[in-house]
Amino acid sequence: MHEKPKDDREYLFDKPGSVKKLLGIFFTSLVILLIIEIFTKKHPHFPWEGWAEFYCVYGFVACVVLVIVAKYILRPLVMRREDYYD
Amino acid sequence: MIDTVPPAFIFIVAGLLSPLIKGKWKSAYLLAVPVVGFINLISIPEGTHWVVRFLEWDLVFGRMDRLSLIFGYIFHIISFIAILYALHVKDSVQHVAGLVYAGSALGVVCAGDLFTFFIFWEMLTVASIFLIWARKTKAAQSAGFRYLMVHAAGGLCLLAGIVMYVNQTGSIEFGFIGLDGTAATYLIFLGFGLNCAWPVLHPWLTDAYPEATITGTIFLSAFTTKCAVYALARGFPGTEALIWIGAIMTGFPIFFAVIENDLRRVLAYSLINQVGFMVVGIGIGTHLGMNGAIAHAFNDILFKALLFMSMGAVMYRTGKINGTALGGLYRTMPLTCIFCMVGAASISAFPLFSGFVSKSMVMDAAGAGNMKLVWFVLLFASAGVFHHAGIKIPFFAFFGHDSGMRPKEAPLNMLLAMGITAFLCIFIGSFPGPLYSLLPYPVDYAPYTMPHVVAQTQILFFSALAFTLLLLAGIYPAEMRCVNIDADWIYRKGARLFYFIIDKLFNGVNRLSDQIFVKGLAGFAGRLSRRAPEILALGTLVPLWSATGTTGEKLQDRIAKARAALDTGSSPVGIGAALATVFLIVVFLLL
Repeated sequence: MHEKPKDDREYLFDKPGSVKKLLGIFFTSLVILLIIEIFTKKHPHFPWEGWAEFYCVYGFVACVVLVIVAKYILRPLVMRREDYYD
Repeated sequence: MIDTVPPAFIFIVAGLLSPLIKGKWKSAYLLAVPVVGFINLISIPEGTHWVVRFLEWDLVFGRMDRLSLIFGYIFHIISFIAILYALHVKDSVQHVAGLVYAGSALGVVCAGDLFTFFIFWEMLTVASIFLIWARKTKAAQSAGFRYLMVHAAGGLCLLAGIVMYVNQTGSIEFGFIGLDGTAATYLIFLGFGLNCAWPVLHPWLTDAYPEATITGTIFLSAFTTKCAVYALARGFPGTEALIWIGAIMTGFPIFFAVIENDLRRVLAYSLINQVGFMVVGIGIGTHLGMNGAIAHAFNDILFKALLFMSMGAVMYRTGKINGTALGGLYRTMPLTCIFCMVGAASISAFPLFSGFVSKSMVMDAAGAGNMKLVWFVLLFASAGVFHHAGIKIPFFAFFGHDSGMRPKEAPLNMLLAMGITAFLCIFIGSFPGPLYSLLPYPVDYAPYTMPHVVAQTQILFFSALAFTLLLLAGIYPAEMRCVNIDADWIYRKGARLFYFIIDKLFNGVNRLSDQIFVKGLAGFAGRLSRRAPEILALGTLVPLWSATGTTGEKLQDRIAKARAALDTGSSPVGIGAALATVFLIVVFLLL
């Protein structure tokens, strides 16, 4: 089953710098998204939707909280050895 | 009317006949089933068809309205895709089970009365169990058994509810039920909820789906939960409890998904999360909420199948599914990787992908109802689903660290199935009009407004930023070889505790009774009955002999002789008669 990589072919993300390039594109688009909001006319259901960059902050914070809670609270509670049920 | 048949029958009959077809025609035959079924379905006019009189009830096999039709369409589409994906499978049990399962799902959504509904509902369980057992591993066998037990319990709950409900209302028609405080409606509600994977009732799903066969999981992900969504939309629209149940469903599974190693189990958790959005929509019950729920069910069937198919293809080629064992597969499975990312983008509701045009309807319905907390939970779940299904799945399978594996690209039939699904995901996302036109209520909704697109893109990109930073900082939880306990602990470990208690209790009683009755009382009675004649005889004879002057050795000799005679049953007639007399006197005195 273990076919050790015999091929020496270079794939897309093996090239040095291609990951960096991708991250570069990613961070640029983040900045564009931050700026573009200024030009959007909002019609919110809730007042906080009108706050500047509400969705950016919420998206970021939500995911950090998600990971922290899952890793430091949930995992110690529920993780068992693989043969726990056997 | 004459040239159409109930949609369920085509699948069920064709499924049962499928083992008879062998060789090269088998593929064509299997693929023809959903095609013929679809032509049949679109030829059926709306209304009530195939009413069968049974005892004093009218069984309705074809109640075709907009709600049942849209589920009918998507069930046909996904059947075609799942069959195409499974075309290489030689095991005919799986083909039979798959077709009968799809047929049962069609039976559920077309049933116009509660009896027919219940029969097809139970057939769902019976047919799907074979898709789990067909994996033929020990884990699959026991997971399947647990699945069966849980669904049997849910089915009984539903049946009890239906019987009570029919008794109360005097009608078996399946229409709006609603929670009216009677036990009947609550039992039906709970029966639906179990198949819908409500929190705490959910672990049958995350337990069994990842243990099913590679191709079976595609069928499984489409039908059972969506039939439950249909049943709730039919019976309990606008039930407030559903809003909260749904909100919890969208929230809690993402935490489990983040720390889960088995990538198909991650998808099983995100399945619950997506069904949560539908349940919220049904709970809100406005036209927008209901339309959103149904549209999301339609889309979820497609993108969830697409994700399960891509993970299945990986599993088929590498034999592995754990995040720890995979990685870097984009090199040799680029198409599967692209299809997976289309599925990931769709479930995350990226603009131009299918999730975007339906999930936002539910969000807006919550917003329009001014449900602040629910709205926040849904928004959190939207960010979270991108995190675990949108990024984690493709990243750990196709990118991340190089596992060193260089498997071949997925087989052609799998690629075709994934390709069609990916096309549909993008098509619906880009042109939601056709889907909207099928929804039960008129749609007055424009998903592509500037603020909406910007807001959704922002939330997704900044969750991606969180993922990137956490990963680079090494905080992102590394995948570990482990199991995470969930509510199924209650019957997996809890059952053992129960078993232990029952064992101690009843076997203790058993042992105690054994000591007292079998060994003690019975032994005593045995000894007594064996020795009773002797005691009686000697008790009478010894005083008699003593009185007649027999003493000393002669008396001992007589006693010994009498004992021997009694033991062998050869006592002289006189003694026998005397004993009988004594016995009769004793009996007479006692009575």
